[in-house]
Amino acid sequence: MTESTITGAAHGTSKLLRVAAAPGIVPRLLREQTGREDLSEYLATGGYAPSPDLSALLQAVEASGLRGRGGAAFPFTRKVAAVRASRTAPVVLANGEEGEPASVKDRWLMRTRPHLVLDGVRLAVQLVGASHAVVYLSDEESERSIWQALEERPVDGYSVSVHRVEPTYIAGEETAAVRAVNGGPAKPTDKPPRPFEVGVGGQPTLVSNVETLANLPFLAARGVDEFRTYGTDGAPGTFLLTLGGAVTTPGLYEVALGTPLRDAVDQLGGNRGVIAGTLMGGYFAGLIGPRAEQLTLDYDSLSQAGSGLGCGAVSILGGDHCPVAVAADVMAYFGRENAGQCGSCFNGTAAMAGVLASLREGSADRTDVERLRRWGEVLPGRGACATLDGAANLARSLLLEFPDQVEGHLGTTCDVCGGAPQLKPFAMTMEPEGSRR
Amino acid sequence: MRIKLDRTVCDGFGRCALHAPDYFSLDDWGYASLAGSNEVAPADESSVRRAIIECPVHAIVVLD
Repeated sequence: MTESTITGAAHGTSKLLRVAAAPGIVPRLLREQTGREDLSEYLATGGYAPSPDLSALLQAVEASGLRGRGGAAFPFTRKVAAVRASRTAPVVLANGEEGEPASVKDRWLMRTRPHLVLDGVRLAVQLVGASHAVVYLSDEESERSIWQALEERPVDGYSVSVHRVEPTYIAGEETAAVRAVNGGPAKPTDKPPRPFEVGVGGQPTLVSNVETLANLPFLAARGVDEFRTYGTDGAPGTFLLTLGGAVTTPGLYEVALGTPLRDAVDQLGGNRGVIAGTLMGGYFAGLIGPRAEQLTLDYDSLSQAGSGLGCGAVSILGGDHCPVAVAADVMAYFGRENAGQCGSCFNGTAAMAGVLASLREGSADRTDVERLRRWGEVLPGRGACATLDGAANLARSLLLEFPDQVEGHLGTTCDVCGGAPQLKPFAMTMEPEGSRR
Repeated sequence: MRIKLDRTVCDGFGRCALHAPDYFSLDDWGYASLAGSNEVAPADESSVRRAIIECPVHAIVVLD
C-alpha cells in the first residue's frame, strides 16, 4: 500500500515502516494515499454523510458488537448506554493519548485522517446527546492536524476543544484524561466514580479511543452487516495492528480481528524465521512463548490464552531476543513510568524490576523467582489504574511462558541478552510531517 | 453502607487492616486494598467506621 513516515526503534536503529491493509482487506481506517487527508479528500470518500436517526444509530452500534480499541475492549454500546442513562448533559472525550510506546495507531489516525476521527466524534456526540467534545492527546503534530480539520469544517450544534498533555504512559488512562481536562495532573484517580458517572466538568463523560470512534462513520454509512463482514462474532471489524520487533517490515496494518498471528507476521511483517514469542498489547498484556504463532488476533481468544490484544500493538521476539531481558526492560519502564501514586504500584513495580534486573544479570536465585511469581499473582487489582496489572501480567507470563529461559538465568547470564538495557524496547515513533524523508 | 478506599491516598499506615481485616488487605509494603466487596455488612459497620476514623490520611470514605 503506502510507505509512511513511521520509524521504529526496536533495536536502537531507525527504519522506515509500512502502512498497509492486510491482503483481502478493503481498508476502513487506513488509506492508500500518503500524507494528511484534507476535507475534500475525506468528503470524496463519503465522509460526514448525513447520519441515521438516533434510534437507528443506537441500534447499529448495539448490533455491531464494536469494542473499544484503546486496550480494554469494552463493548462500546454499553459505554454509550451508561452515559445516556444519566440525567445531565454528557461530554464526549476522544482519547488519542497513546501512552503505549509500542503503538502508533492513534497518532497516525489523528495526523493523517483527522476528519475520520472528528466524524466519529460527531456521531458519538449524537449517540449520547452531548453538547461538547474534547479531543485529548499529547502529540503536537496530531494537535495541529485536528485544529486544522476543525478550521476546514467547523462543527455545528456542539463544540469541540483540544486538550494536549505531556506524553506519559499513564496519561491516556480514562480517569487521568478526565482529571487532566478538569485542570489536574494527567494521573489516574481511584474508582468509583468512573467517567461515565462523573467526568469532564463533573458531567457524565463518554471516554472513547480515537480508533474506536473512527469506526463509527463506516458503521453509520454502511450498516451492521457490512461492518461485520470482517472479524469474529465476538470481535467484529478490523483493527489497527502496530507490528514491531523481529519482523522485516514493522508497521501499521489494518487487519481483520481474528486473523492468525502467523499470517499477520508472514504476510505483513515479513517472516524472519521462528517466532520465539510475542509481547502483547503494547507493554500491557505480557509475553507469550512460541505458542503465540498458533493464536489469533482477537480479544476473546487471546484472553482465553491468558494474554490480550490490548491496544493492538504486537512485538515479535526473534532468536536474538532474550525474554528475560525484554521483561526486565519493560518492568524497569513500569517502575519509572507509573504514576507514583499507589504504594502497591510504585513498590510492586520497583520490586519486580529489581528481581528481573538481577535475573538478567545472573545474580537472582530461586527465592527471588518465587517472590516474583507471588507478586505476579497477588498484585493485580491493587492499583487505582491498570498499570500494576500490566506489570503483574509481565512477571507472571515470563515465568509461565519461558520457564527454561528463566531457569537458564539462575546464577549465570545468557548469550542473547548481553546488550545494554533498553529504555523503551520495541518503541515506535512517528516523525513530524516536515521531516519526512 | 458502601465505602471507598482511595489507593492514591493510602500511605500504608495499616490501621484499617488492624480494625477490619475482612475488609482491608495489605500488600508486602503495608499498602491497603479492599479485600472484597465495598458493601459493609451491618454487623461490621462499627469496626469499619473505626478503620475510617483512624486512617491518618483519610483514604477511606463512606459512599452511602
